[in-house]
Amino acid sequence: MTDLNTLTLAEARDRLRTGDVTSVELTEACLKAADGAQALNAFVHPTPDLAIEQAKAADARIKAGDAPDMCGLPIGIKDLFCTKGVASQAASRILEGFLPEYESTVSRQLLESGAVMLGKLNMDEFAMGSSNETSCYGNAVNPWRRGNDDTALTPGGSSGGSASAVSADLCLAATGTDTGGSIRQPAAFTGIVGIKPTYGRCSRWGIVAFASSLDQAGPMTKTVRDAAIMLRTMAGHDPMDSTSADLPVPDFEAMLTGDIKGKVIGIPKEYRMDGMPDEIEKLWADGTAMLRDAGAEIRDISLPHTKYALPTYYVIAPAEASSNLARYDGVRYGHRAKLSQGDGIVEMYEKTRAEGFGHEVKRRVMVGTYVLSAGFYDAYYNRARKVRALIKRDFDKVFAAGVDAILTPATPSAAFGLGEMQDADPVQMYLNDVFTVTVNLAGLPGIAVPTGLDAQGLPLGLQLIGRPWAEGDLLNSAYALEQAAGFVAKPAKWW
Amino acid sequence: MSIDEGTAAKVAHLARIKVEPEELPALASEFNTILGFIEQLNEVDVEGIEPMTSVTPQRLKRREDTVTAGGHPDKVLSNAPDAREGFFAVPKVVE
Repeated sequence: MTDLNTLTLAEARDRLRTGDVTSVELTEACLKAADGAQALNAFVHPTPDLAIEQAKAADARIKAGDAPDMCGLPIGIKDLFCTKGVASQAASRILEGFLPEYESTVSRQLLESGAVMLGKLNMDEFAMGSSNETSCYGNAVNPWRRGNDDTALTPGGSSGGSASAVSADLCLAATGTDTGGSIRQPAAFTGIVGIKPTYGRCSRWGIVAFASSLDQAGPMTKTVRDAAIMLRTMAGHDPMDSTSADLPVPDFEAMLTGDIKGKVIGIPKEYRMDGMPDEIEKLWADGTAMLRDAGAEIRDISLPHTKYALPTYYVIAPAEASSNLARYDGVRYGHRAKLSQGDGIVEMYEKTRAEGFGHEVKRRVMVGTYVLSAGFYDAYYNRARKVRALIKRDFDKVFAAGVDAILTPATPSAAFGLGEMQDADPVQMYLNDVFTVTVNLAGLPGIAVPTGLDAQGLPLGLQLIGRPWAEGDLLNSAYALEQAAGFVAKPAKWW
Repeated sequence: MSIDEGTAAKVAHLARIKVEPEELPALASEFNTILGFIEQLNEVDVEGIEPMTSVTPQRLKRREDTVTAGGHPDKVLSNAPDAREGFFAVPKVVE
């Protein structure tokens, strides 16, 4: 018999409905797996008692015949989501001890549908990072290793704990958030599926804000089908988020036919970067061939402003972060520095923020402050917003010309070693998001699908980018790719 | 555009983050690396382009001008590092 924690959401759902397993059994299997995986440092605030209580309630609901898709399924929640009465720290010291009085809309929808929360998952501080190394909890660790080499690898970031936990079967699925690639890059580094929906598809209410015009929540799962199931529950209009879209949420799972005959898949020439490893090049070519064989029309396309996406992002995201993170002032919640005799309120702010924020967060807040400051606002911030409009226009044009989805690599490399980027300048780390960040700037849906292994046995993923609000169609293309790639590898258990 | 230590100190103060004087040179140098990267944007012809305000073309929804929440001072204050008599407490603000 398969260990219950290794099931997909779809398998577990179907078995719950036939009465073959209970939610309590699924939950206990996951809690046991998580308990035995401290070395991965994925769960940072486990909630086992709450989970069992929720699982019992879910079992009662299933028995009564009232079982939405997510009912009884044990999942992990990224620490960025405010969860009522449960520590929600965004992996920052400045939110130490913070217990929200409210539940984020996305986690509320999941819990109301009967999902079981196993605990909160590690991440980069305030979602600022691509390796989970900026977390106040320490690094999350990738369950994958390079063959027999025991070097600890990054699970990616910022949703590193979510990726590690799903990949190592500590939960059936997890929530993530994605501002520049924070769902898709870690998904690719750990051999799982992650989708960032169209901006506005999921409510941002109750999710600790990083860059509000870019942030989106999404599911991180073992399969494309699971992503379709979980996204449906997470999505939907919310009056508490003024940018949330008042559009119907389709049954994404029902759209997974695997039939992509006649679909036009664009291959953007600008994503063929100088110095791109041969393995990534081959992965991309193989994925293209798989979609062609499945009946799609492959078309070469151009997205001319691609190279300006990262510099644009590194103006807009820090600018918005500097504004959003102004709320951490030591007054309303979280950490307040001990003050010296005679210190006034300005010293309180400055000391509190110096102690509470980590290095990368401080750096981005200050860069954001600079690009928004008098005299530089036009030169940096407004210029970046104009280039952002051009980046979006590139996508608008190719979609208007009939392209249904765009295929690119998800990351420029496989997972790297924790600490390996320590001496690199910050820009080197930012390059991790080179293939994903355009999608946030244009507000589009994007999904990472594992399609192969590199020579060292590490997973590699491809990204499909879809039209706005066409997540169903995008998931179906991803499903066809997943079927063709037949990626089934799992990390060998060492933890 | 090159950032010197004085500018770095000014930015740190604007951001209300205390930075020790000995940390300023490294900070200024990091700013310069990042700003150097951002300078690429000057190559782009943005003539006649409107800065993006919303990534999805949608009008912000309106709602009735009514009270939808409130009346929970205890919940509002429950996470405050220092709350007294129903208020947030802070060090002296005015002399």
